[in-house]
Formats: sequence, C-alpha cells, structure tokens
Amino acid sequence: MCDLRSKAPRMHAMAGDGLELLSLVEEFVVGQQDSKAEDIATGVTTGQFTILKLVEGLGSVLTSCEPRTRGRGVQLLSSVIQQCYANLQEQEVQVLTKFYENRLKDHYIITPHVLQGLKSLTMSPALPSGLAVSILGSLFQDIHVQSLMQAERFCVYSILLNLMGSCEGELKGLGANFVFGFIQAMDGEKDPRNLLLSFQIAQNIINRKYELGTFTEELFEVTSCYFPIDFNPPPNDPHGITQKDLVLSLRAVLSGTPQFAEFLLPLLIEKLDSDIQSAKLDALQTLTACVASYGHKELKEFLPSLWSSIRREVFQTASEKVESAGLSALHGLTACLSRSVLTCDSEDSLETFLNLIVKDCQHHLCEPDLKLVWPSAKLLQAAASSSFRASCKISRVVVPLLLEQYNHHVQSTQRRTLLEVLQKFIHSAKRSPVEEGGESSLAEYRQSLCSVVFCALSDSSSALQTSGLRTLMAIGNHPGLLFGTDIELAVDHLSKFILEDVDNETSLVAMEASGSLACLHTTAFCSRMVPALKEKILSDCLGGSGETPPAKSQQALFLRIVRALAAISTHPNLVRETVPILLQVLSASHTGNVQIRQEDVISVCQNLQCIVELAQGSEESACYFHETVIPYVLGLSLQAAFHKRTLSPLREEKVLSALVPVFSAASGCSQHMLAAQTASQILMLFLVGDATFLPENNVPQNVNLLKSHSDNSAQTQLVCLLMGCVCSLPINAELPMLDQLLTELEELSCTCLHPFTYTSAAKCFAGLVNKYPSGQKLDQLLENTLTRIDTILTSTEPSSSSNQKQAFTFLLWLTKALLLRYHPLSAPLTDKLLCLLVDPSLGTLAADGFALLMNDPPDVLNKACHADVRMMYRQRFFTETAPKLVQGFNSSPKEMKSSYLKALSHILNCLPKQVLISELPALLPLLLEGVSCPDSEVQLSTLSCLHPLLLDIPQVLTLHLETLITKLLGLTSSAAMKIRIMSLRCLHALTQLPLHVILPFRSRTLRALAVPLDDKKRLVRKEAVLARGEWFLLGGPGK
Amino acid sequence: MAEGTRLENVNPLIYQRSGERQLTAEDEDEDFVDPIDDREIFDLIRSINDPEHPLSLEELNVVEQMRVHVNDNESTVSVEFTPTIPHCSMATLIGLSIKVKLLRSLPERFKIDVHISPGTHASEQAVNKQLADKERVAAALENTHLLEVVNQCLSARV
Repeated sequence: MCDLRSKAPRMHAMAGDGLELLSLVEEFVVGQQDSKAEDIATGVTTGQFTILKLVEGLGSVLTSCEPRTRGRGVQLLSSVIQQCYANLQEQEVQVLTKFYENRLKDHYIITPHVLQGLKSLTMSPALPSGLAVSILGSLFQDIHVQSLMQAERFCVYSILLNLMGSCEGELKGLGANFVFGFIQAMDGEKDPRNLLLSFQIAQNIINRKYELGTFTEELFEVTSCYFPIDFNPPPNDPHGITQKDLVLSLRAVLSGTPQFAEFLLPLLIEKLDSDIQSAKLDALQTLTACVASYGHKELKEFLPSLWSSIRREVFQTASEKVESAGLSALHGLTACLSRSVLTCDSEDSLETFLNLIVKDCQHHLCEPDLKLVWPSAKLLQAAASSSFRASCKISRVVVPLLLEQYNHHVQSTQRRTLLEVLQKFIHSAKRSPVEEGGESSLAEYRQSLCSVVFCALSDSSSALQTSGLRTLMAIGNHPGLLFGTDIELAVDHLSKFILEDVDNETSLVAMEASGSLACLHTTAFCSRMVPALKEKILSDCLGGSGETPPAKSQQALFLRIVRALAAISTHPNLVRETVPILLQVLSASHTGNVQIRQEDVISVCQNLQCIVELAQGSEESACYFHETVIPYVLGLSLQAAFHKRTLSPLREEKVLSALVPVFSAASGCSQHMLAAQTASQILMLFLVGDATFLPENNVPQNVNLLKSHSDNSAQTQLVCLLMGCVCSLPINAELPMLDQLLTELEELSCTCLHPFTYTSAAKCFAGLVNKYPSGQKLDQLLENTLTRIDTILTSTEPSSSSNQKQAFTFLLWLTKALLLRYHPLSAPLTDKLLCLLVDPSLGTLAADGFALLMNDPPDVLNKACHADVRMMYRQRFFTETAPKLVQGFNSSPKEMKSSYLKALSHILNCLPKQVLISELPALLPLLLEGVSCPDSEVQLSTLSCLHPLLLDIPQVLTLHLETLITKLLGLTSSAAMKIRIMSLRCLHALTQLPLHVILPFRSRTLRALAVPLDDKKRLVRKEAVLARGEWFLLGGPGK
Repeated sequence: MAEGTRLENVNPLIYQRSGERQLTAEDEDEDFVDPIDDREIFDLIRSINDPEHPLSLEELNVVEQMRVHVNDNESTVSVEFTPTIPHCSMATLIGLSIKVKLLRSLPERFKIDVHISPGTHASEQAVNKQLADKERVAAALENTHLLEVVNQCLSARV
C-alpha cells in the first residue's frame, strides 16, 4: 500500500510536467509574475523541462498579435536562456538564434528582450560555426544602435565582444565590413559604461589585426573624438568607472597602431597647444605611449612641431607633472628614432632631431644664473638617456661646453650650477645602455672632468665643494672615468674634508662619497685614507695628556673620524683596517690613559655596530668579528667589571647598552655556526667561569657572573652582553645548559636590586622563552616562573614588596615574549597587567608598559634578532585588549582613568592606520576624553594619535567637530609647548574636511588662532601661522 | 600657457634658496622667550609664489632678508621688495600678497609697511601709495578675482 501510494504521485507528476510548464508560462505572461521565469529556468537546468517544450508551450504567446504579449513571451525565453545557455545543444542554439534574428525585425518594444537572448546565445559554447556572421549581419542591418536605450546598446557591444572572443576567424572573414558595422554602431555613444566596452572592441580590432580596409580614418575619428576625456563621475556612482579607466582605455586604442599616426600626431599637437592642463598632460602621456610602436617614418613629418610644443611646456609650465610628462615624451621620441633602421638614401632623422634640440637648448647652458638653464639641461638629459648614440652625440656637444663655461665663469654660484648640471649628465650617461665593447660616451673627457672636480674641491665656497663632492661620487661610480693617480688624489681630498673643520653638510657629503667610492676603490682607501685617519685620531684626539679636557673642535673631529671609519668599511679588507683602530680607542678609554667623554665612547660602540651590520653578508668579516672583535670587547668589559678602582667607561650602563647591539648584530649574522660557537663560549663563561677563550684573560677564575651579591652590580650587569649574544641566535639554534641558564636568570631578575641588571636578566629570559620550543617543558617552566611572580606581586609583607618592581618588570617582558609568539598564556598575563593599571604604586609603570608591548625593542625580541614575531600581533592585541581598556575606563573612579587612557593611546599610536580607521569611531569618545584629561602626557599622546587620523580620515570626526575644535583651541594655550604645537597641527589638519562641514567654524577659529600668533615660542608661532593660513584659504577663491 | 599669453620675463635670473632656520637649544627651551626677528618675518614671505613663474619670491630675489626689518618691542614691520623688471605689471599684486600674508600671520599689534625698494620700479610711488592705503587694500580683497590670485600665491605648492 505504502509503495503504491508513494509511486502514484510521481507518475502523476511525470505526466503533469507539461501542464505545470504551461501553467508557469501562463502565470508569467498573463499573471505578470517575474519569479516564474526563475522556476522554469531551474526546471530546465535540472532536466525537468526542455527548451523545446518551453518554445512549444510559448507557441500561442509568441504568435499573438499583441506586441506586448509577444514581448512578454520573448522575455521569458530570454531569461531562461540566460540561466542555462551553457547546457544548450548545438541544434537548439541554431534554431533559437534563427528565431531571434528574425525577431529583430519585430516591434521595437520586443527588441530589448531579443538582444538579451542573443547575448546569452553568443555565450553558448555550442554556437555552430557560421552563425556569428549571420548574427552580425542581422544586427548591423536591422538595428540602429544609437537609437536604443543604454542597456540595449550595452547588450549589442557585449554581443560583439563575445563573438570576437569565440569566432575570431569568422569575423575576420567579413573583411572591413565588420569594422564598418562597429563604427556605425558606436558612432555617437555617450555612456561611460558603453564607451569602456566599445574602446575594448576597438582595441581588439587593432591588436588582433582585423582588416581596417578603407575605414582606418573613420575608426580613428569615431574614437579620437573623445580625446581628451573629460569625465566627472556623479557622486555615489554605483558603477565605479573613473576618469582614469576611460583615459587609459582610450589611450590603448589611439596608441595601438602606427596606422593612426598621421591622424593622431596633429591631434596631440593641437591639444598640447591648448590652455587646459589636463589636456596637455593626457596628450604628452599618449604621445609617450604611441612612440613605443612608431618608427621614424611616422614621426618624421611632425618632429619639428612636436619638439617646439614639448620645449614650450617644459620651459614655461608651472606644473611638475606636465614637466615630467614632457620629458618622458621627449625620451620616448628620441628612443624611437634611435631604434629606427635607416635606409641608405634617407636622412639620419635622429641626427637632425638631436641637432634641433641642441640648437635650442645649448645657449641656455651658458647663462647659469637664469631660470632656463635647468629646463634646458633636463631636456638634453632626457634625450641623452634614451640611447647610446644619443648620449654620445649630446655629450660631445654639452660636456665640452659645460667644461668651458665652468672655466669661463668665476663666481662660485655660477660654477656650482654648471657643476650640478654636469653631474646630472654623468648620471644620465650612465643610464643610457653602453654598446657592446664600446667605451662610455664620457671617456674622452675623463681628464678635464677630473680636473674640474678637483678645482671645485679646492675652492673656498663650501656650496661649490659640496657639488664637487657629488660630482666626484658620480664620476667614481661611472665605469672607467676615475683611475690611477686621480683616485689617490680624490681619496686625499676626501680625507681632507673629513679631517678639516668644514661645514656640516660638506662633511656629511664627503662621508657619503667616501662610503660609495670605498667599495670600488678599496686599495686606495686602505693605503691612503685609513692611515691618515688613524694617525690623526691617535695623535690629536688620544695623544693629549689626559689632564685638560679636549676642546670642542677636537671632539667634533673625533666624531667625524669615527663616523668616517664606519662609512668606508664596505669591504672585508677595509673592515680589517678600520675595526682595530676603533678597538684601540676603546682600549685606551678603558685604561684611562686619555680622557674620552662617555658620549664619544658610546659613538665608537655605535659605529662598531654599523660596521658589523654593514658586513652582515660577508663570511670573511663574520669570522673576524667572532674570532677577534667579540672576545676582545668582552675581555675589556670583564676587566672593567673586576677592577673596582678604575673609572673605565665600560662600567657605565649607557656604554654597555651601546655594546649590546654589536653583540646581537654579530650573533644574528648569516654565519650560524660561528654565532652558535661564540654563544656557547660566552655561556660557559657566565655559568661556569671558563674564560679561556678571552685574550689577556686576567679575570679571576670560576666566578659566577650571574650570582648577585650586595656590591657586585658591575659584574652582574654584564648579563646584558650575554643577552645580546644568546637572544639573537636563529630560532632553532641549540644552546648547552639552557635550562640552568633560565633558572639563574629567573633568580637574578626576581632578587637583584640593581635595576639595569634585573631588567637585562628579564629581557634575556624573555628572549629565550620566545624561541623555546612549545610543549610540556615550556608550560612547566612558565608555570613555575609565574607562580613566583604572583607570590611577590600579591604579597603584603614589607620585605617582599620591595621586590615588586622586579617582579613587575619580569612579568612585562615575559608577556611581551609570549604575546609575540601567540602563546595562549599571553592573554591571562595581559589581564594581570590590566589589573595592575589601578595599582597605586605600579599603575603608571603598567600604563607605560603597554608602549613596550606594542613597540619593537632595539636590542631583543625583534625581527633582526630572529625572534618569533607573528604577523599582525599588534592588531590582535588591540582587538583583544581595547574593549577591556574601555570597560576599565568606564568603570573606574576618576583619578584612575588616566592610566587607562595612557595605555590605550600607547596602543593606538603603534597600530597601522588601516586598522585604526575601522576601529576609531567606537573609540572616539574616549580619545576626546583624553584630550581633556588633566595629565599632560595623556593629552600629548592622544593628540599625536589623533593627528594622523585627521590627515587621513577627517570625515569620521565630523560628528564630534564642535567638541573637538573647542578642546583643541583650548589646548593652544596649554602650558607645555609640545601640546600647543600638536593641537595647532591638529587644527591645521582639520582644514581637509569637506568645506560645508568646516566652514561654519572658520571665523571663530580664525579669531582664536590670532592668539598663538603672539606666542612666546617661535616653534609654536610657526605652526599657528601655517594653521591660520590654511583656515583663511577655506572657502576663498583660488584654493 | 598657450602661444598667445607670453610671459613678460621669460628667462629671469634665479637665486639660491636659503635653508631652513637652524633649531637652537633656546628654541626648544620652554621658558625662553623667542623674540620675533627679521629672519622669522623673512621666513613668512620667502615662500610666497610668484604670480607668473613656478618660483618663489626668494628664488627671484624679489624679497631678501636684508630688506626686512622688524621691531618686536615697538610692533613695527617694514618690508621692501624688488620687482624683477622695472615695468613689471605684477608689482602691485606681489606687494598685496606680501601684505596679506603678513596680516594673516602676525599678531594684530603690528603695524605693517610694505613698499618697493627705492628706484627699482617705474611707478614706484603709485604702487607704494596703494599698498599703504588700508581702505584700498581692503577693497582689493573684496574683488573675487584679485583675492583668487592672492590666495594662489599664498597656497602651498602641490
């Protein structure tokens, strides 16, 4: 029974399909229910109905004498085909297409549906061959495209594009008729959506080499009439078509074929001569695009007028964009002419063109005071950099001319201009490709170039010297221009600039030039500069008696030499020469024979760090650092730590902190074996007291450097060097006795009383835990450590409360280490820190701790130290912590609120802007609270957090503008200068808001801003002037 | 610029720009009072754009620091400017721009005097008289077209 009953309806349904279809058709056509089309389409897709049945079912509708009914019928058929064109059989497509072609002749209200159906059919993979031609024939014959509505025109273009994609061969068989049909179809098109499509069709016609026949000019006319595109999309445009889309698409059409050249070039010249900036720019950019495919045949006739238009633009324009577009166009033109193959009877058009340029530009080079010298030089350089031939030709005229002019003019400002022009030419000559086996186009002027440069270097004007140094750098980097005795002379000049008291900029450029030349001319630097610097630093700076403090000029000299030594250490050979000098200085400062200021020792350490970082890739240098430098420096520091009576600077925290990066850079280098070896040696020294690897080791044997007593902080603080070494190793490096080390470090960070020691120990512990492999061992370790920290933090005994700072520091660094590697414990640890925000003694520290959590420390737990830093940990931290901070802020008593604000602003200051932009609206009320918080530090950090937002997304602040402006204006009279400055900057940034939003505040703000114009601090006045100037321009004409 | 509108002076002399003012320790000191000095006034006007060229008044040597004088205590400022050519038709406009810039940037207590360097322009007196006349300056700024050009001269270059 059961079976029968369930089968019966199914059989019934089979028989009833026809009826169901008919009723659906009826409901769609007569009942006007559009959703029925969907149902039928689903039926066709699942195989319940066939297209054939549908057409049969539609029979009477399609033959109705009422056009609307016929239309409704075609509409239904088209919507169904749209859904299931992919499943149609070839036979079905054939019949349907014939039907639709025929319908194109029907009443106009049916046409939209017919086109829709045809469009779907052209997408069918089963489109039989030969149909494309017949579809196009009917389309072009029966339809006047431009009298259709936008959507129907869009359909026609889509049909063309579809057919071009699938039946290219057949379309090409139509010959020029296809192009003619297309031209007629798009002639007069206005809608940007349709234009994008028709430009695409035109591009296909050109790129796929359809036959243009006699219609080349017509195709050009019908597209070029849109040039230059002037299109402002309406506000809230849902289609998202920009002016740029249209410009690029049209440009691809116009510049696509050299066949358009004779029509396009006159058009471009005409637009270049117009008054509209954007038209000029577009014309120049189109010119640059089209010369890529042109030859000299196309260009020949137009070269003189193109040149004169480009020249005029570069000479006269006020816009940098137009200038650089003009220069690129000239570059492109010359490159195109250089490429063209000459026939024996044609003239050399490159030669003629370059002569034209040189003739118009060279006389301006003789007037170095006047404005046009620069544009002329730029034009010549643009042409010269396009090919080797052009570069030779122009160099041959310009370089001797500039050299002659240099000798002719005697004023140093004129000479400086000439030298700077010359320097740019050397650069552009370097950019032009040198032909195989050929010499540089400048080789023949080598001698005179060098002598002009040396003349400038010996001049008394520092500005000219600086230009001379830059030119020297250019010559030295140009292959084959500087060699032999000239290099030696150059190096001597450079040494002179470093050793003599010249102005700051010159000495900086001399440093830069030394650095860039040292790697190419190593020998000369080794044999000439290094000895000169060494002698000076040992005799003048360190040779003094040590009684009288060195003079200011000597300190400056000392710093310059140290910096120069680091700058030229670009080659292993040089490194081996320069580093011993720096070590010698360190050693001299340690023994106390000479008096060196602490900041000078620090700068020696910093430059040592620069050298190590510069040489990071070189194995040879790495060996040297690990075998010699590190043991030597460590030995010195140990000696300093154990000899209590000496006043060695190596006992100072600041100096040791500067040494840490030297250790960590050496340890993080790419030579992992070496680094691991050094690390284990140092570990043995700290844990067991094994100092055998140190030179001159006269330290007591078997001391444990990590055991803290009452007065051995000089020794325990060396843990920072240990940190530099072991925390920078690659993540998978194995360390011996790691667990013992961790135990000792924990003890030291919890019990030691010396702040630098316990902080360094905590950092070292954190650096190691960050890389410790996950697993039970790590969990156990962390659990023990955290229990200990908790005990100290929660203890109420006075004896252990003195250790609270240590425990807090330890907790903070541990949180940082775990946060970076996304360890699950980082969340509860962060919560602990959040609780501490309201702690009376640790609250401020905790708030500032959030800055540490968000920033990369310079010496540990950063990428360079190979720490395990997960992507976007900041965003994640923010998402998890910000709501808690907001909640804490809202629920805490007034005097505690500032800690929350401070923590929040520390986090916000480190977040990427994109994240801030999406999160800001929710936090804005809190930030506004921060602006009026009495704590000036919170005010400042809130303002510096607001400022970038105001610059980027001022619109989110629109709702709070009234409050914000009032508060900002109030802060312009704050007691702290930095807050006054920052609030003025924020007010300045507000001028970017849409005019209608900001204008109501104009007069009030202008009045209020008159006050800080008379501020007692110049820096504040400067910001006030800038802000008020912008507010004045609001709503005025000419903005 | 179209062929028709030629510049009056196509290839003017250009001068070096002075660098940014060096920061001193006193500038950073909260308690120290920085007086308004010549250089500060010069910094206000040196970056004003020339109405014709893509150059600043400083680069064209229209304004120089030695021709700027300020007395902070007596609240007076005097600026002399030098047109690039004696028949420069832009002289009044340049003077107006300088004057407007100073009016917008200095405290109200200051009396501002802007005039042409003696002997450098054909209609020096007429221009000076216009610039000194408060009513005429105010009237000029009511003129939308003039205000547009002045604002352009005072806008930061993009």
